[in-house]
Amino acid sequence: MITGLQAFFLVNALITLFAAVKVVSSRKLVHAALWLVLALMGVAATFAMLGSRFFSVIQVFVYIGAIATLIIVAVMLTRNSMEDVGPQVNRGWWLPLVVVVLLFVGLVVVLSGWGDFGLSTRTVGAEGENVMELGKALVDPNGFVLPFEIASALLLGAMVAAIYLATDRKEGKR
Amino acid sequence: MLDDWLYLGIFTVISLFLPAAAITIAALLSPKKPDPLKTSIYECGMETVGETWIQFKPQYYVYALVYLVFDVETIFLYPWAVAYNQVGLFAVVEALLFIAILLGGLLYAWRKGALEWA
Repeated sequence: MITGLQAFFLVNALITLFAAVKVVSSRKLVHAALWLVLALMGVAATFAMLGSRFFSVIQVFVYIGAIATLIIVAVMLTRNSMEDVGPQVNRGWWLPLVVVVLLFVGLVVVLSGWGDFGLSTRTVGAEGENVMELGKALVDPNGFVLPFEIASALLLGAMVAAIYLATDRKEGKR
Repeated sequence: MLDDWLYLGIFTVISLFLPAAAITIAALLSPKKPDPLKTSIYECGMETVGETWIQFKPQYYVYALVYLVFDVETIFLYPWAVAYNQVGLFAVVEALLFIAILLGGLLYAWRKGALEWA
């Protein structure tokens, strides 16, 4: 009645959700960052279950390999907020919970009216061809060549801005 | 297709099991006779000086950030490289332009001395 894939999905979803809750409830910032890695790993496993190798690898490569590292490095830069002594919740904590539950139920109700709601995953052709199609579309003048080049400029802007903010301007006059 | 992932899953389980087994067996077998000197904090055989949580140099952050940017660049270039044989010269010029724009960022980091360990 329940296949191995479904069982794996449930276990993976539980681990991901648990890790995500621990990210916001951990008192130590380093622990929160490491829980974030586990949550992102769960998302990568979800992509893998959907049969999307490319996105799964991106998830590990960019989110865990680079962004989580960046967060851990940023935690190492902060001095005083290593361990939060105050309570993690305030008096109105139940209000967002109600809103979130209502939003989730609303989304499920709206989406269940959609015809393909009960559809299980389907294979979208061989994966290697998918990446090739993506590559073709990225450089196709009728496709996504403009976003492709703008992404480059966006990365350049992010890099220049972050270096400008991070370098010490008082001593290094260049 | 999912069979490939099964190998990865087996690999993950084994790679989680081995260190866990090493730590657990060591914890079970080791004799425990703690005294204040044994349980004191040390670093590479030395006693620690000052607080453990120190502020790291911002240089680490710049390195991680430059790494992140070029990581994303690699992701963008990978589909292009897969389709390389099927797209024309125009696509090669586009990719070179993509790399050249980001090279400007590297030059900026270089000029600002962000790559030097001060």
